[in-house]
Amino acid sequence: MDRDAIDVLVVGGGNAALCAAIAARRAGRSVLVLEAAPKFYRGGNTRHTRNMRCAHDAATDFLTGPYTEDEFWDDLYRVTEGHTDEALARHMIALSKPMLNWITEQGVRFQPSLGGTLSLGRTNSFFLGGGRAMLNALYLTAEKLGVEVHYDSPVLDFDIEGGQCRSVTARIDGEMRTIRAKSVVAAAGGFEANIEWLKEHWGPPADNFLIRGTPYNRGDILKRLLEKGIAPVSDPTQCHAVAIDARAPKFDGGIITRLDCVVFGIVVNKNAQRFYDEGEDFWPKRYAIWGRLVAAQPDQIAYIIFDAHSLELFMPSLYPPVTAETIARLAEKLELSSEALTATVNRFNASVREGTFDHTVFDDCRTEGLDPPKSHWARRLEQPPYYAYPVRPGITFTYLGTKVDKQARMQLAGGGSAANLFAAGEIMAGNVLGRGYAAGIGMTIGSVFGRIAGEEAAKHAR
Amino acid sequence: MHASDNLAEADRLTTVCNSCRYCEGLCAVFPAMEMRRAFDDGDLNYLANLCHGCGACYVDCQFSPPHEFDVNVPKVLAQVRGDSYRAYAWPGFLQPLFDRNGMAISIVAALSVAIFILGFVLWHDPDVLFTDGGNFYRLMPHNVMAGIFLAVTAFTVVALTMGFRNFWRDIGANGLKGEDTPSLWQAIKDASSLRYLDGGGVGCYNEDERPTDRRRIYHHLTFYGFMLCFAATTAGSVYHYLLAMPAPYDWYQLPKLLGTLGGIGLIAGPIGLLVAKFKREPDMLDTARLGMDTGFILMLLLTGLSGMALMLLRVTPAMGILLALHLGVVFALFLSMPYSKFVHGLYRFGALTRYAIERRAGH
Ligand SMILES: Cc1cc2nc3c(=O)[nH]c(=O)nc-3n(C[C@H](O)[C@H](O)[C@H](O)COP(=O)(O)OP(=O)(O)OC[C@H]3O[C@@H](n4cnc5c(N)ncnc54)[C@H](O)[C@@H]3O)c2cc1C
Ligand code: SF4
Ligand code: SF4
Repeated sequence: MDRDAIDVLVVGGGNAALCAAIAARRAGRSVLVLEAAPKFYRGGNTRHTRNMRCAHDAATDFLTGPYTEDEFWDDLYRVTEGHTDEALARHMIALSKPMLNWITEQGVRFQPSLGGTLSLGRTNSFFLGGGRAMLNALYLTAEKLGVEVHYDSPVLDFDIEGGQCRSVTARIDGEMRTIRAKSVVAAAGGFEANIEWLKEHWGPPADNFLIRGTPYNRGDILKRLLEKGIAPVSDPTQCHAVAIDARAPKFDGGIITRLDCVVFGIVVNKNAQRFYDEGEDFWPKRYAIWGRLVAAQPDQIAYIIFDAHSLELFMPSLYPPVTAETIARLAEKLELSSEALTATVNRFNASVREGTFDHTVFDDCRTEGLDPPKSHWARRLEQPPYYAYPVRPGITFTYLGTKVDKQARMQLAGGGSAANLFAAGEIMAGNVLGRGYAAGIGMTIGSVFGRIAGEEAAKHAR
Repeated sequence: MHASDNLAEADRLTTVCNSCRYCEGLCAVFPAMEMRRAFDDGDLNYLANLCHGCGACYVDCQFSPPHEFDVNVPKVLAQVRGDSYRAYAWPGFLQPLFDRNGMAISIVAALSVAIFILGFVLWHDPDVLFTDGGNFYRLMPHNVMAGIFLAVTAFTVVALTMGFRNFWRDIGANGLKGEDTPSLWQAIKDASSLRYLDGGGVGCYNEDERPTDRRRIYHHLTFYGFMLCFAATTAGSVYHYLLAMPAPYDWYQLPKLLGTLGGIGLIAGPIGLLVAKFKREPDMLDTARLGMDTGFILMLLLTGLSGMALMLLRVTPAMGILLALHLGVVFALFLSMPYSKFVHGLYRFGALTRYAIERRAGH
């Protein structure tokens, strides 16, 4: 390919990048995709996903009921506590509707919600075979359309003047190149895999964070763009973080290290003290706060403790629980103080009020006179063996991003919009997702803004 | 814990996959996994025989190698499956035939062909091999031929039945009851359409992440080709004994018509399967059992080729040798069935039946 004749350059190789590349190519432009990761790891965090959240008017083969735009907006407003851009978010939600069809036309296939995820069956469309299958389909389509893709080819720098990107420096297949493209779409993810950058804002605790997805989302592109006059959005400490098994690898452990058992037991820190209401709300509504909660504990570690009653009530996960016949013995295995853990459990047990346990509704099993309380699903820990999972903050992705408008066009820090720079996916998620999370919205942001960015980039490159 | 490293590895994968479940919609294996939390050897053998090796879960898996979780379901299940063929084989002292299966099959085939040639020669005088009268039964009386093949078929049926019994017990399945009829019917449909060799709908994954439906087509050609040949032989017997119409037959008569169609399938199918085998992504292959896989495919191909050659060259001096070749190959194919990859179809069908029953029970 003649490096000077490229219409649209797409930086990154995930959902947002591929949607942009396909949309631009379908508009008749020549498209070059540069992906930093090797082929197997292409599509960073998208590889790990399982579903996306799109509004729809009626039930389908795969969705159990309608999910209106207003309901989607209400959910988003609630989880972000208003930290969102209403006009932009509503625009995205409106375009999420045709997205289900569009993405299917690009070869992506769906299936009913997976076992153990029934609560998402109405709102979220699940990819048949998961995120990597979804990506494989997009790559196949892009390839058939004639999109040129290079792996192991990170973009390193931008030459931006007056909001116009004049050229891009990249290492393509091992060679340094300067590329002039009429339009550039940045879809290179957040900076979650850049521990140093995380430490700038979280301090030393960030050393104890585990990164759930790709090691390649280091935020180099985001940093360059913000340095060169693109307006930022959201703040660098905002991210999606959950409590995952502390034994997970530093990077790329994916979905299987998550633990869905907080509501069934108690969670203590390294001093064997409880620190938050484990039964505050249903797990799908609360799982995304536990990463931050654990991050605030000493050494960023916590332990979920439960007993034999609950072992089979939640989805299994990769590592087996630590098991012991007594709480004291369990504490020893976890290297916690036996006295302290026994005291915590005794205090908890003594404050549990009898009720009718039912984890599918807000039941009346709660504690009394305990601080913090456990508001629902509180059952005494009394049936050996006892179990524990050690957990640490698992960072999914960061929200600091480049500010964009409805055309996915980057905004300039000094005011006005960039001429030929567009952004999609994690790298601009903070525009609509200032904090909190609603399952499946990461892919919505990528697909919808990816498609917009591709179409607008194509228009500009005419 | 587990009887082999392969089983232990399969158990590890069930833990990974059961905490992931992304592949749930691809085939029967993952839903069957989800019905369980703990897996003994029988459960793992059941899953292994349920897997069609379509490869979808390998190219779709975010944890397949080089990822450190090293999840390779098609390969590990292929290894467990191969081990299970050996473990179920009856009588037990013949199980080692699975160890160097390609070699074993070749020897059986070569010996069988040699015996038929020798038999013809000893029976008659050497010249008889090169007569060109086109009459098989001058070389071997029809009753002798039928008798030999009836005997070997009887043995094979007994050995296969015993092997299947071993399998059925090992996976912990119960005897079929009247209410299982719909499940049996479902399994017949799933097996005859190779429902799960479709990568979840787009075709299977062989050399890379681009799906094609070729392997399923080749398998259909092979399987239905084989069945047609079988039907042709049966029709021949009916013509011979019941209708008193001995061979040779005209092209439009059933034995010839079915045989020709079947022969074409039995040549084109195995060639396609062989090519696919050698083009397959090496990471997904149970390389240690390449001999078994190719040995069986080659036997089918030889059956098809020698049968067709015999038909075309029946009235030439090559007929004698070709007849010995064809009869020898078919004899070896049947004799080795309980000790060859042939058994995969039987156990796969058993596993599909079990799965259909479990599904209906709504576990
Ligand atoms: C375990 C896990 C499960 C998840 N499950 C879901 C889910 O079910 N539903 C959902 O909606 N969201 C989910 N998410 C979030 C979701 O993955 C992301 O929101 C989404 O994938 C972002 O898409 P993207 O294209 O912006 O980024 P990515 O898919 O991460 O793609 C970014 C790409 O940019 C490349 N890149 C980085 N730097 C450079 C550079 N300098 N030059 C060139 N390329 C570069 C990276 O290699 C990467 O391929 C999950 C995340 C994780 C970690
Ligand atoms: S093969 Fe991989 S993607 Fe599929 S269920 Fe298992 S771990 Fe998940
Ligand atoms: S290879 Fe195909 S049939 Fe076997 S487990 Fe994977 S998806 Fe299922």
